[in-house]
Amino acid sequence: MSPKNRITPYAFIAPYLIAFGCLWLIPIIYSFSMSFFNTRARPWKFDMLHNWGRLFEDALFLATLKNTFLIILVQVPFMLALAVIFAVFLNSKLLFLKGIYRFAIFAPIVVADAAYAVIFRLLFNDDFGFVNQLLNAVGIADIAWTGSSAGAIALISISLTWRWTGYNAVIILAGLQSIPKDIYEASELDGASRFTQFLYITLPNLKPVILLCLVLSTFGTLQLFTEPTLLTEGGPGVSTTTVAMYMYQQGFKSFNFGYGSAIAYFIVFIGLGLSLIQFKLLGSKSDA
Amino acid sequence: MRSATKRLFPKADRWAKISLNFFMLIVAIVWLTPLWMMTIYASHDDQMIFSGSIIAHHGGQFLENFAELQSKQDFVRAIINSVIVASAGTFFGLVVSSLAGYALARFKFAGAKAIFAMIIFILAVPGIAIVIPEYVILVRYMGLSNTYFGVVLPYLANALGVFFMRQTFLALPQEIMEAAYLDGASELRIFAKIALPLVRPAMASLAIILFIACWNDYLWPLLVLTTEARQTAPIALGRLVGLNTVAWGPMMVGVTLMTIPFVTLFLLLQRQIVSGIANGAIK
Repeated sequence: MSPKNRITPYAFIAPYLIAFGCLWLIPIIYSFSMSFFNTRARPWKFDMLHNWGRLFEDALFLATLKNTFLIILVQVPFMLALAVIFAVFLNSKLLFLKGIYRFAIFAPIVVADAAYAVIFRLLFNDDFGFVNQLLNAVGIADIAWTGSSAGAIALISISLTWRWTGYNAVIILAGLQSIPKDIYEASELDGASRFTQFLYITLPNLKPVILLCLVLSTFGTLQLFTEPTLLTEGGPGVSTTTVAMYMYQQGFKSFNFGYGSAIAYFIVFIGLGLSLIQFKLLGSKSDA
Repeated sequence: MRSATKRLFPKADRWAKISLNFFMLIVAIVWLTPLWMMTIYASHDDQMIFSGSIIAHHGGQFLENFAELQSKQDFVRAIINSVIVASAGTFFGLVVSSLAGYALARFKFAGAKAIFAMIIFILAVPGIAIVIPEYVILVRYMGLSNTYFGVVLPYLANALGVFFMRQTFLALPQEIMEAAYLDGASELRIFAKIALPLVRPAMASLAIILFIACWNDYLWPLLVLTTEARQTAPIALGRLVGLNTVAWGPMMVGVTLMTIPFVTLFLLLQRQIVSGIANGAIK
Protein backbone atom coordinates (compact mmCIF):
# COMPACT_ATOMS: atom_id res chain seq x y z
CA MET A 1 0.00 0.00 0.00
CA SER A 2 2.83 2.46 0.59
CA PRO A 3 4.97 2.94 -2.49
CA LYS A 4 8.62 3.70 -1.91
CA ASN A 5 8.42 6.92 -3.77
CA ARG A 6 6.91 9.39 -1.33
CA ILE A 7 6.35 11.99 -4.00
CA THR A 8 4.06 9.86 -6.17
CA PRO A 9 0.78 10.59 -4.34
CA TYR A 10 1.46 14.31 -4.45
CA ALA A 11 2.21 14.14 -8.15
CA PHE A 12 -1.20 12.55 -8.70
CA ILE A 13 -3.07 15.08 -6.65
CA ALA A 14 -1.04 18.13 -7.70
CA PRO A 15 -3.15 19.13 -10.74
CA TYR A 16 -6.26 19.24 -8.60
CA LEU A 17 -4.55 21.08 -5.75
CA ILE A 18 -3.13 23.69 -8.12
CA ALA A 19 -6.49 24.19 -9.82
CA PHE A 20 -8.20 24.24 -6.45
CA GLY A 21 -5.75 26.76 -5.01
CA CYS A 22 -5.88 29.16 -7.94
CA LEU A 23 -9.51 28.81 -8.89
CA TRP A 24 -11.12 28.20 -5.54
CA LEU A 25 -9.10 28.92 -2.44
CA ILE A 26 -7.55 32.20 -3.53
CA PRO A 27 -10.81 33.49 -5.06
CA ILE A 28 -12.83 32.66 -1.98
CA ILE A 29 -10.40 34.40 0.35
CA TYR A 30 -10.08 37.27 -2.08
CA SER A 31 -13.83 37.54 -2.28
CA PHE A 32 -14.19 37.64 1.48
CA SER A 33 -11.61 40.39 1.77
CA MET A 34 -13.21 42.33 -1.08
CA SER A 35 -16.44 42.45 0.87
CA PHE A 36 -14.65 44.67 3.41
CA PHE A 37 -13.52 47.18 0.82
CA ASN A 38 -15.24 50.09 -0.79
CA THR A 39 -14.60 48.95 -4.36
CA ARG A 40 -16.21 52.04 -5.82
CA ALA A 41 -13.35 54.17 -4.50
CA ARG A 42 -10.13 54.48 -6.54
CA PRO A 43 -8.01 52.84 -5.22
CA TRP A 44 -10.17 50.40 -3.25
CA LYS A 45 -10.50 51.61 0.31
CA PHE A 46 -10.72 49.38 3.38
CA ASP A 47 -13.99 50.02 5.15
CA MET A 48 -15.16 47.30 7.48
CA LEU A 49 -18.89 47.92 7.29
CA HIS A 50 -19.25 49.72 3.99
CA ASN A 51 -20.85 46.70 2.28
CA TRP A 52 -21.97 44.56 5.17
CA GLY A 53 -23.72 47.49 6.83
CA ARG A 54 -25.41 48.41 3.59
CA LEU A 55 -26.88 44.90 3.20
CA PHE A 56 -29.33 45.35 6.02
CA GLU A 57 -30.43 48.83 4.97
CA ASP A 58 -30.79 48.02 1.32
CA ALA A 59 -34.52 47.58 0.72
CA LEU A 60 -33.90 46.09 -2.72
CA PHE A 61 -31.54 43.47 -1.32
CA LEU A 62 -34.02 42.56 1.41
CA ALA A 63 -36.78 42.30 -1.20
CA THR A 64 -34.71 39.92 -3.34
CA LEU A 65 -33.89 37.89 -0.24
CA LYS A 66 -37.60 37.64 0.54
CA ASN A 67 -38.39 36.57 -3.03
CA THR A 68 -35.75 33.86 -2.91
CA PHE A 69 -37.05 32.51 0.40
CA LEU A 70 -40.60 32.59 -0.91
CA ILE A 71 -39.61 30.48 -3.93
CA ILE A 72 -37.75 28.04 -1.65
CA LEU A 73 -40.71 27.74 0.73
CA VAL A 74 -43.27 27.28 -2.04
CA GLN A 75 -41.30 25.11 -4.40
CA VAL A 76 -38.90 22.84 -2.49
CA PRO A 77 -41.38 21.01 -0.20
CA PHE A 78 -43.86 20.55 -3.06
CA MET A 79 -41.18 19.21 -5.38
CA LEU A 80 -39.71 16.84 -2.79
CA ALA A 81 -43.14 15.44 -1.93
CA LEU A 82 -43.73 14.82 -5.64
CA ALA A 83 -40.27 13.29 -6.00
CA VAL A 84 -40.96 10.84 -3.16
CA ILE A 85 -44.30 9.88 -4.73
CA PHE A 86 -42.75 9.42 -8.18
CA ALA A 87 -39.86 7.39 -6.80
CA VAL A 88 -42.14 5.11 -4.77
CA PHE A 89 -44.42 4.59 -7.77
CA LEU A 90 -41.52 4.00 -10.16
CA ASN A 91 -40.24 1.41 -7.71
CA SER A 92 -43.63 -0.29 -7.41
CA LYS A 93 -44.18 -3.78 -8.79
CA LEU A 94 -47.63 -2.69 -9.88
CA LEU A 95 -46.39 -0.22 -12.49
CA PHE A 96 -46.15 -1.38 -16.11
CA LEU A 97 -43.96 0.16 -18.81
CA LYS A 98 -41.62 1.70 -16.26
CA GLY A 99 -39.13 2.65 -18.97
CA ILE A 100 -41.53 5.19 -20.48
CA TYR A 101 -42.32 6.81 -17.14
CA ARG A 102 -38.69 6.93 -16.12
CA PHE A 103 -37.85 8.61 -19.39
CA ALA A 104 -40.66 11.16 -19.09
CA ILE A 105 -39.80 12.15 -15.51
CA PHE A 106 -36.01 11.99 -15.77
CA ALA A 107 -35.54 13.58 -19.22
CA PRO A 108 -35.62 17.19 -17.92
CA ILE A 109 -32.33 16.41 -16.15
CA VAL A 110 -30.51 16.86 -19.45
CA VAL A 111 -32.39 19.99 -20.57
CA ALA A 112 -30.36 23.17 -20.13
CA ASP A 113 -31.74 25.79 -17.71
CA ALA A 114 -31.75 28.45 -20.41
CA ALA A 115 -33.60 26.16 -22.82
CA TYR A 116 -36.45 25.18 -20.55
CA ALA A 117 -36.77 28.72 -19.19
CA VAL A 118 -37.46 29.91 -22.74
CA ILE A 119 -39.90 27.03 -23.40
CA PHE A 120 -41.86 27.84 -20.23
CA ARG A 121 -41.80 31.52 -21.06
CA LEU A 122 -43.70 30.75 -24.25
CA LEU A 123 -45.98 28.06 -22.77
CA PHE A 124 -47.04 30.36 -19.93
CA ASN A 125 -47.30 33.53 -22.00
CA ASP A 126 -50.18 35.56 -20.54
CA ASP A 127 -51.83 36.36 -23.87
CA PHE A 128 -51.28 33.47 -26.25
CA GLY A 129 -49.52 30.77 -24.21
CA PHE A 130 -50.51 27.13 -24.39
CA VAL A 131 -51.35 26.90 -20.68
CA ASN A 132 -53.79 29.81 -20.64
CA GLN A 133 -55.39 28.49 -23.83
CA LEU A 134 -55.89 25.12 -22.14
CA LEU A 135 -57.36 26.87 -19.09
CA ASN A 136 -59.69 28.87 -21.35
CA ALA A 137 -60.78 25.67 -23.06
CA VAL A 138 -62.04 24.32 -19.75
CA GLY A 139 -63.63 27.63 -18.82
CA ILE A 140 -60.99 29.15 -16.60
CA ALA A 141 -59.99 32.75 -17.22
CA ASP A 142 -56.43 33.71 -18.17
CA ILE A 143 -53.93 33.64 -15.32
CA ALA A 144 -51.45 36.50 -15.26
CA TRP A 145 -48.36 34.30 -15.04
CA THR A 146 -45.90 37.05 -15.81
CA GLY A 147 -48.18 39.98 -15.09
CA SER A 148 -48.73 39.39 -11.38
CA SER A 149 -46.22 38.68 -8.65
CA ALA A 150 -48.11 35.64 -7.34
CA GLY A 151 -48.37 34.29 -10.88
CA ALA A 152 -44.67 34.88 -11.52
CA ILE A 153 -43.64 33.10 -8.30
CA ALA A 154 -45.94 30.22 -9.25
CA LEU A 155 -44.51 30.14 -12.77
CA ILE A 156 -40.92 29.94 -11.51
CA SER A 157 -41.91 27.26 -9.00
CA ILE A 158 -43.72 25.18 -11.63
CA SER A 159 -40.75 25.42 -13.98
CA LEU A 160 -38.26 24.43 -11.29
CA THR A 161 -40.50 21.53 -10.32
CA TRP A 162 -40.60 20.28 -13.90
CA ARG A 163 -36.82 20.49 -14.20
CA TRP A 164 -35.73 19.11 -10.82
CA THR A 165 -38.34 16.60 -9.59
CA GLY A 166 -36.82 13.87 -11.74
CA TYR A 167 -33.33 14.63 -10.48
CA ASN A 168 -34.46 14.26 -6.88
CA ALA A 169 -36.53 11.19 -7.73
CA VAL A 170 -33.35 9.55 -9.06
CA ILE A 171 -31.64 10.07 -5.72
CA ILE A 172 -34.69 8.98 -3.73
CA LEU A 173 -35.17 5.94 -5.95
CA ALA A 174 -31.57 4.89 -5.22
CA GLY A 175 -32.34 5.33 -1.53
CA LEU A 176 -35.49 3.21 -1.86
CA GLN A 177 -33.61 0.42 -3.56
CA SER A 178 -31.10 0.30 -0.73
CA ILE A 179 -33.79 -0.43 1.89
CA PRO A 180 -33.48 -4.15 2.71
CA LYS A 181 -36.35 -6.10 1.13
CA ASP A 182 -36.79 -8.40 4.11
CA ILE A 183 -38.20 -5.56 6.25
CA TYR A 184 -41.12 -5.34 3.81
CA GLU A 185 -41.51 -9.10 3.69
CA ALA A 186 -41.66 -9.34 7.47
CA SER A 187 -44.25 -6.56 7.72
CA GLU A 188 -46.33 -8.17 4.98
CA LEU A 189 -46.51 -11.35 7.00
CA ASP A 190 -47.74 -9.19 9.89
CA GLY A 191 -50.53 -7.95 7.62
CA ALA A 192 -49.32 -4.39 7.18
CA SER A 193 -51.03 -2.43 4.40
CA ARG A 194 -49.04 -0.68 1.72
CA PHE A 195 -49.75 2.70 3.23
CA THR A 196 -48.64 1.52 6.67
CA GLN A 197 -45.47 0.18 5.09
CA PHE A 198 -44.86 3.52 3.39
CA LEU A 199 -45.40 5.42 6.64
CA TYR A 200 -43.45 3.19 9.00
CA ILE A 201 -40.78 1.61 6.79
CA THR A 202 -40.23 3.63 3.63
CA LEU A 203 -40.33 7.18 4.99
CA PRO A 204 -38.11 6.63 8.06
CA ASN A 205 -35.57 4.77 5.93
CA LEU A 206 -35.62 7.52 3.33
CA LYS A 207 -35.07 10.28 5.86
CA PRO A 208 -31.33 10.73 5.24
CA VAL A 209 -31.85 10.76 1.47
CA ILE A 210 -34.72 13.23 1.65
CA LEU A 211 -32.62 15.40 3.93
CA LEU A 212 -29.84 15.33 1.36
CA CYS A 213 -32.29 16.35 -1.39
CA LEU A 214 -33.65 19.11 0.85
CA VAL A 215 -30.19 20.54 1.44
CA LEU A 216 -29.20 20.25 -2.25
CA SER A 217 -32.44 21.89 -3.39
CA THR A 218 -32.22 24.69 -0.86
CA PHE A 219 -28.65 25.41 -1.94
CA GLY A 220 -29.58 25.30 -5.60
CA THR A 221 -32.57 27.59 -5.20
CA LEU A 222 -30.58 30.06 -3.09
CA GLN A 223 -28.37 30.50 -6.16
CA LEU A 224 -31.29 30.70 -8.59
CA PHE A 225 -30.30 32.91 -11.49
CA THR A 226 -30.92 31.60 -15.01
CA GLU A 227 -34.63 30.81 -14.76
CA PRO A 228 -35.94 34.11 -13.36
CA THR A 229 -33.56 35.99 -15.68
CA LEU A 230 -34.94 34.37 -18.81
CA LEU A 231 -38.51 33.60 -17.69
CA THR A 232 -39.72 36.70 -15.92
CA GLU A 233 -36.69 39.00 -16.10
CA GLY A 234 -37.13 39.38 -12.37
CA GLY A 235 -40.57 40.92 -12.74
CA PRO A 236 -43.18 42.10 -12.51
CA GLY A 237 -41.41 44.91 -10.69
CA VAL A 238 -38.78 43.07 -8.67
CA SER A 239 -41.12 40.36 -7.45
CA THR A 240 -39.07 37.49 -8.88
CA THR A 241 -35.64 39.11 -8.72
CA THR A 242 -33.51 36.68 -6.70
CA VAL A 243 -30.50 37.36 -4.48
CA ALA A 244 -28.22 35.84 -7.11
CA MET A 245 -29.64 38.17 -9.77
CA TYR A 246 -29.10 41.11 -7.43
CA MET A 247 -25.52 39.98 -6.87
CA TYR A 248 -25.06 39.86 -10.63
CA GLN A 249 -26.50 43.36 -11.03
CA GLN A 250 -24.31 44.79 -8.28
CA GLY A 251 -21.18 42.88 -9.29
CA PHE A 252 -21.32 42.98 -13.06
CA LYS A 253 -23.72 45.75 -14.06
CA SER A 254 -22.63 48.32 -11.48
CA PHE A 255 -19.17 46.69 -11.14
CA ASN A 256 -19.37 47.04 -7.40
CA PHE A 257 -17.32 43.94 -6.61
CA GLY A 258 -17.18 44.62 -2.88
CA TYR A 259 -20.92 44.81 -2.44
CA GLY A 260 -21.44 41.89 -4.82
CA SER A 261 -19.04 39.81 -2.73
CA ALA A 262 -20.85 40.71 0.48
CA ILE A 263 -24.11 39.53 -1.11
CA ALA A 264 -22.47 36.31 -2.33
CA TYR A 265 -21.08 35.61 1.12
CA PHE A 266 -24.42 36.35 2.68
CA ILE A 267 -25.92 33.66 0.43
CA VAL A 268 -23.18 31.25 1.53
CA PHE A 269 -23.79 31.90 5.22
CA ILE A 270 -27.54 31.52 4.82
CA GLY A 271 -27.04 28.29 2.91
CA LEU A 272 -24.77 26.86 5.58
CA GLY A 273 -27.12 28.04 8.33
CA LEU A 274 -30.19 26.57 6.64
CA SER A 275 -28.54 23.20 6.07
CA LEU A 276 -27.46 23.12 9.72
CA ILE A 277 -31.05 23.79 10.79
CA GLN A 278 -32.33 21.15 8.39
CA PHE A 279 -29.87 18.61 9.74
CA LYS A 280 -30.90 19.47 13.29
CA LEU A 281 -34.64 19.36 12.59
CA LEU A 282 -34.63 16.17 10.61
CA GLY A 283 -31.54 15.07 12.52
CA SER A 284 -30.21 11.70 11.59
CA LYS A 285 -27.07 9.85 12.50
CA SER A 286 -26.94 7.84 9.32
CA ASP A 287 -24.49 8.97 6.68
CA ALA A 288 -26.29 9.93 3.51
CA MET B 1 -42.29 -11.79 -1.78
CA ARG B 2 -44.25 -11.28 -4.98
CA SER B 3 -46.52 -14.20 -4.24
CA ALA B 4 -46.99 -13.04 -0.66
CA THR B 5 -48.25 -9.65 -1.88
CA LYS B 6 -50.72 -11.25 -4.20
CA ARG B 7 -52.01 -13.55 -1.54
CA LEU B 8 -52.55 -10.80 1.01
CA PHE B 9 -54.10 -8.10 -1.18
CA PRO B 10 -55.78 -9.73 -4.15
CA LYS B 11 -58.61 -7.23 -4.51
CA ALA B 12 -56.76 -4.12 -3.43
CA ASP B 13 -54.12 -4.99 -5.97
CA ARG B 14 -56.29 -4.48 -8.99
CA TRP B 15 -57.49 -1.00 -8.00
CA ALA B 16 -54.07 0.02 -6.82
CA LYS B 17 -52.68 -1.16 -10.14
CA ILE B 18 -55.22 0.73 -12.24
CA SER B 19 -55.04 3.99 -10.34
CA LEU B 20 -51.25 3.88 -10.09
CA ASN B 21 -50.80 3.30 -13.80
CA PHE B 22 -53.38 5.92 -14.67
CA PHE B 23 -51.77 8.49 -12.39
CA MET B 24 -48.34 7.89 -13.85
CA LEU B 25 -49.71 8.08 -17.38
CA ILE B 26 -51.06 11.57 -16.65
CA VAL B 27 -47.76 12.56 -15.04
CA ALA B 28 -45.82 11.33 -18.06
CA ILE B 29 -48.03 13.29 -20.45
CA VAL B 30 -47.72 16.47 -18.39
CA TRP B 31 -43.96 16.02 -18.08
CA LEU B 32 -43.38 15.46 -21.79
CA THR B 33 -45.68 18.28 -22.92
CA PRO B 34 -43.11 21.10 -22.68
CA LEU B 35 -40.63 19.21 -24.87
CA TRP B 36 -43.36 18.19 -27.30
CA MET B 37 -44.70 21.76 -27.54
CA MET B 38 -41.15 22.98 -28.10
CA THR B 39 -40.96 20.98 -31.32
CA ILE B 40 -44.44 22.12 -32.34
CA TYR B 41 -43.73 25.81 -31.80
CA ALA B 42 -40.45 25.45 -33.68
CA SER B 43 -42.38 24.50 -36.80
CA HIS B 44 -44.85 27.42 -36.90
CA ASP B 45 -44.60 31.09 -37.76
CA ASP B 46 -45.51 33.81 -35.28
CA GLN B 47 -48.87 34.46 -36.87
CA MET B 48 -49.89 30.94 -35.94
CA ILE B 49 -48.32 31.11 -32.46
CA PHE B 50 -50.09 34.41 -31.71
CA SER B 51 -53.38 33.18 -33.12
CA GLY B 52 -54.75 32.31 -29.72
CA SER B 53 -55.88 28.84 -30.64
CA ILE B 54 -54.36 25.67 -29.29
CA ILE B 55 -51.74 24.36 -31.67
CA ALA B 56 -51.55 20.60 -31.46
CA HIS B 57 -49.81 19.64 -34.69
CA HIS B 58 -46.49 20.33 -36.34
CA GLY B 59 -46.37 23.01 -39.00
CA GLY B 60 -44.12 23.27 -42.03
CA GLN B 61 -42.07 26.29 -41.00
CA PHE B 62 -39.13 24.58 -39.33
CA LEU B 63 -36.57 25.28 -42.06
CA GLU B 64 -37.78 28.84 -42.59
CA ASN B 65 -37.56 29.42 -38.85
CA PHE B 66 -34.07 27.95 -38.82
CA ALA B 67 -32.98 30.27 -41.64
CA GLU B 68 -34.40 33.27 -39.78
CA LEU B 69 -32.67 32.21 -36.57
CA GLN B 70 -29.34 31.92 -38.37
CA SER B 71 -29.79 35.33 -39.97
CA LYS B 72 -30.37 36.95 -36.58
CA GLN B 73 -27.72 35.02 -34.71
CA ASP B 74 -25.29 32.28 -35.74
CA PHE B 75 -26.82 29.62 -33.55
CA VAL B 76 -24.98 26.75 -35.19
CA ARG B 77 -21.73 28.49 -34.26
CA ALA B 78 -23.03 28.87 -30.69
CA ILE B 79 -23.72 25.15 -30.49
CA ILE B 80 -20.23 24.39 -31.82
CA ASN B 81 -18.81 26.73 -29.15
CA SER B 82 -20.83 24.87 -26.52
CA VAL B 83 -19.49 21.55 -27.74
CA ILE B 84 -15.91 22.86 -27.61
CA VAL B 85 -16.29 24.31 -24.11
CA ALA B 86 -18.16 21.31 -22.71
CA SER B 87 -15.78 18.77 -24.30
CA ALA B 88 -12.69 20.54 -22.99
CA GLY B 89 -14.24 21.04 -19.56
CA THR B 90 -15.26 17.39 -19.40
CA PHE B 91 -11.94 16.00 -20.62
CA PHE B 92 -9.70 18.06 -18.35
CA GLY B 93 -12.14 17.75 -15.47
CA LEU B 94 -11.98 13.96 -15.84
CA VAL B 95 -8.17 13.92 -15.97
CA VAL B 96 -7.77 16.10 -12.90
CA SER B 97 -10.54 14.35 -10.93
CA SER B 98 -9.41 10.81 -11.67
CA LEU B 99 -5.76 11.54 -10.81
CA ALA B 100 -6.72 13.16 -7.53
CA GLY B 101 -9.38 10.58 -6.72
CA TYR B 102 -6.86 7.81 -7.37
CA ALA B 103 -4.29 9.41 -5.06
CA LEU B 104 -6.86 9.73 -2.27
CA ALA B 105 -8.10 6.16 -2.68
CA ARG B 106 -4.81 4.32 -3.11
CA PHE B 107 -2.14 6.13 -1.14
CA LYS B 108 -1.73 7.00 2.48
CA PHE B 109 0.17 10.26 2.63
CA ALA B 110 0.57 13.23 4.92
CA GLY B 111 -2.24 15.67 4.31
CA ALA B 112 -4.55 13.18 2.60
CA LYS B 113 -7.14 13.41 5.35
CA ALA B 114 -7.03 17.19 5.37
CA ILE B 115 -7.45 17.32 1.61
CA PHE B 116 -10.41 14.96 1.72
CA ALA B 117 -12.05 16.95 4.53
CA MET B 118 -11.54 20.09 2.48
CA ILE B 119 -13.23 18.51 -0.54
CA ILE B 120 -16.25 17.59 1.56
CA PHE B 121 -16.38 21.15 2.84
CA ILE B 122 -16.21 22.62 -0.67
CA LEU B 123 -19.15 20.48 -1.71
CA ALA B 124 -21.19 22.43 0.83
CA VAL B 125 -20.24 25.91 -0.40
CA PRO B 126 -22.42 27.41 -3.12
CA GLY B 127 -20.48 28.09 -6.32
CA ILE B 128 -21.89 31.58 -6.47
CA ALA B 129 -19.44 32.66 -3.76
CA ILE B 130 -16.51 32.56 -6.14
CA VAL B 131 -17.97 34.00 -9.32
CA ILE B 132 -16.92 37.58 -8.61
CA PRO B 133 -13.32 36.91 -7.50
CA GLU B 134 -12.86 34.37 -10.31
CA TYR B 135 -13.99 37.01 -12.73
CA VAL B 136 -11.62 39.57 -11.24
CA ILE B 137 -8.69 37.12 -11.31
CA LEU B 138 -9.24 35.37 -14.65
CA VAL B 139 -10.73 38.18 -16.67
CA ARG B 140 -9.27 41.34 -15.18
CA TYR B 141 -5.82 40.19 -14.06
CA MET B 142 -5.11 37.30 -16.43
CA GLY B 143 -6.85 38.85 -19.41
CA LEU B 144 -8.79 35.70 -20.32
CA SER B 145 -11.85 37.63 -21.39
CA ASN B 146 -13.64 36.07 -24.36
CA THR B 147 -11.44 32.95 -24.44
CA TYR B 148 -12.51 29.32 -24.26
CA PHE B 149 -9.60 28.80 -21.90
CA GLY B 150 -11.03 31.26 -19.41
CA VAL B 151 -14.43 29.56 -19.46
CA VAL B 152 -13.02 26.07 -19.07
CA LEU B 153 -10.45 26.73 -16.31
CA PRO B 154 -12.88 26.78 -13.35
CA TYR B 155 -14.33 23.42 -14.47
CA LEU B 156 -11.00 21.78 -13.59
CA ALA B 157 -11.34 22.24 -9.85
CA ASN B 158 -14.33 19.96 -9.43
CA ALA B 159 -14.70 18.68 -5.87
CA LEU B 160 -17.64 16.46 -6.77
CA GLY B 161 -15.56 14.80 -9.50
CA VAL B 162 -12.69 14.06 -7.11
CA PHE B 163 -15.09 12.72 -4.50
CA PHE B 164 -16.85 10.57 -7.07
CA MET B 165 -13.59 9.10 -8.43
CA ARG B 166 -12.21 8.47 -4.95
CA GLN B 167 -15.30 6.44 -4.06
CA THR B 168 -15.01 4.58 -7.36
CA PHE B 169 -11.33 3.69 -6.92
CA LEU B 170 -11.91 2.68 -3.29
CA ALA B 171 -14.33 0.01 -4.48
CA LEU B 172 -11.60 -1.69 -6.56
CA PRO B 173 -9.81 -4.67 -5.01
CA GLN B 174 -6.46 -3.28 -3.92
CA GLU B 175 -4.66 -6.61 -4.49
CA ILE B 176 -4.69 -6.17 -8.26
CA MET B 177 -2.78 -2.92 -8.08
CA GLU B 178 -0.55 -4.22 -5.32
CA ALA B 179 0.41 -7.23 -7.45
CA ALA B 180 1.32 -4.99 -10.39
CA TYR B 181 3.34 -2.83 -8.03
CA LEU B 182 5.30 -5.84 -6.78
CA ASP B 183 5.92 -6.79 -10.42
CA GLY B 184 7.72 -3.49 -10.77
CA ALA B 185 5.15 -1.46 -12.69
CA SER B 186 5.32 2.30 -12.16
CA GLU B 187 2.41 3.96 -10.37
CA LEU B 188 1.45 5.93 -13.45
CA ARG B 189 1.39 2.68 -15.42
CA ILE B 190 -0.75 0.97 -12.79
CA PHE B 191 -3.13 3.90 -12.86
CA ALA B 192 -3.38 4.09 -16.64
CA LYS B 193 -3.24 0.40 -17.56
CA ILE B 194 -4.98 -1.31 -14.64
CA ALA B 195 -7.07 1.05 -12.52
CA LEU B 196 -8.58 3.27 -15.25
CA PRO B 197 -9.85 0.44 -17.48
CA LEU B 198 -11.55 -1.09 -14.45
CA VAL B 199 -13.52 2.07 -13.64
CA ARG B 200 -14.54 2.87 -17.20
CA PRO B 201 -18.31 2.64 -16.55
CA ALA B 202 -18.11 5.01 -13.57
CA MET B 203 -15.96 7.41 -15.60
CA ALA B 204 -18.55 7.35 -18.35
CA SER B 205 -21.21 8.37 -15.83
CA LEU B 206 -19.05 11.19 -14.50
CA ALA B 207 -18.17 12.30 -18.03
CA ILE B 208 -21.84 12.62 -18.98
CA ILE B 209 -22.63 14.55 -15.81
CA LEU B 210 -19.69 16.92 -16.28
CA PHE B 211 -20.62 17.44 -19.92
CA ILE B 212 -24.20 18.32 -19.06
CA ALA B 213 -23.06 20.64 -16.27
CA CYS B 214 -20.61 22.49 -18.57
CA TRP B 215 -23.16 22.65 -21.37
CA ASN B 216 -25.79 23.95 -18.98
CA ASP B 217 -23.66 26.62 -17.31
CA TYR B 218 -25.07 30.09 -17.83
CA LEU B 219 -23.66 32.71 -15.48
CA TRP B 220 -19.94 31.98 -15.96
CA PRO B 221 -19.86 31.88 -19.79
CA LEU B 222 -22.13 34.92 -19.78
CA LEU B 223 -19.42 36.80 -17.90
CA VAL B 224 -16.41 35.54 -19.87
CA LEU B 225 -17.61 35.16 -23.46
CA THR B 226 -18.48 38.62 -24.64
CA THR B 227 -18.78 38.32 -28.41
CA GLU B 228 -21.34 36.59 -30.58
CA ALA B 229 -18.62 34.53 -32.28
CA ARG B 230 -17.57 32.91 -29.02
CA GLN B 231 -20.78 32.62 -27.02
CA THR B 232 -22.22 29.26 -26.04
CA ALA B 233 -25.75 28.14 -26.95
CA PRO B 234 -27.43 29.11 -23.63
CA ILE B 235 -25.90 32.59 -23.86
CA ALA B 236 -27.01 32.95 -27.48
CA LEU B 237 -30.50 31.96 -26.41
CA GLY B 238 -30.49 34.44 -23.54
CA ARG B 239 -29.38 37.17 -25.92
CA LEU B 240 -32.22 36.32 -28.33
CA VAL B 241 -34.71 36.61 -25.47
CA GLY B 242 -33.24 39.96 -24.49
CA LEU B 243 -33.38 41.33 -28.03
CA ASN B 244 -37.18 41.10 -28.10
CA THR B 245 -37.08 41.33 -31.88
CA VAL B 246 -36.78 37.65 -32.64
CA ALA B 247 -39.88 35.66 -33.41
CA TRP B 248 -40.84 32.78 -31.17
CA GLY B 249 -40.70 30.16 -33.89
CA PRO B 250 -37.02 30.71 -34.72
CA MET B 251 -36.20 30.93 -31.01
CA MET B 252 -37.86 27.56 -30.44
CA VAL B 253 -35.78 26.14 -33.28
CA GLY B 254 -32.70 27.17 -31.29
CA VAL B 255 -34.08 25.60 -28.12
CA THR B 256 -34.92 22.42 -30.04
CA LEU B 257 -31.45 22.21 -31.59
CA MET B 258 -29.75 22.44 -28.22
CA THR B 259 -32.18 20.10 -26.45
CA ILE B 260 -32.99 17.20 -28.80
CA PRO B 261 -29.41 15.83 -28.96
CA PHE B 262 -29.35 15.61 -25.17
CA VAL B 263 -32.78 14.03 -24.87
CA THR B 264 -31.70 11.46 -27.47
CA LEU B 265 -28.47 10.90 -25.58
CA PHE B 266 -30.48 10.43 -22.43
CA LEU B 267 -32.67 7.86 -24.15
CA LEU B 268 -29.55 5.88 -25.03
CA LEU B 269 -27.50 6.40 -21.87
CA GLN B 270 -30.19 6.69 -19.22
CA ARG B 271 -28.60 4.02 -17.03
CA GLN B 272 -25.20 5.74 -16.86
CA ILE B 273 -26.68 9.18 -16.25
CA VAL B 274 -29.02 7.98 -13.54
CA SER B 275 -26.36 5.92 -11.77
CA GLY B 276 -23.94 8.83 -11.98
CA ILE B 277 -26.38 11.16 -10.24
CA ALA B 278 -27.35 8.58 -7.63
CA ASN B 279 -23.76 7.60 -6.86
CA GLY B 280 -22.49 11.16 -6.76
CA ALA B 281 -25.15 11.99 -4.21
CA ILE B 282 -25.42 8.88 -2.09
CA LYS B 283 -22.14 6.98 -1.98
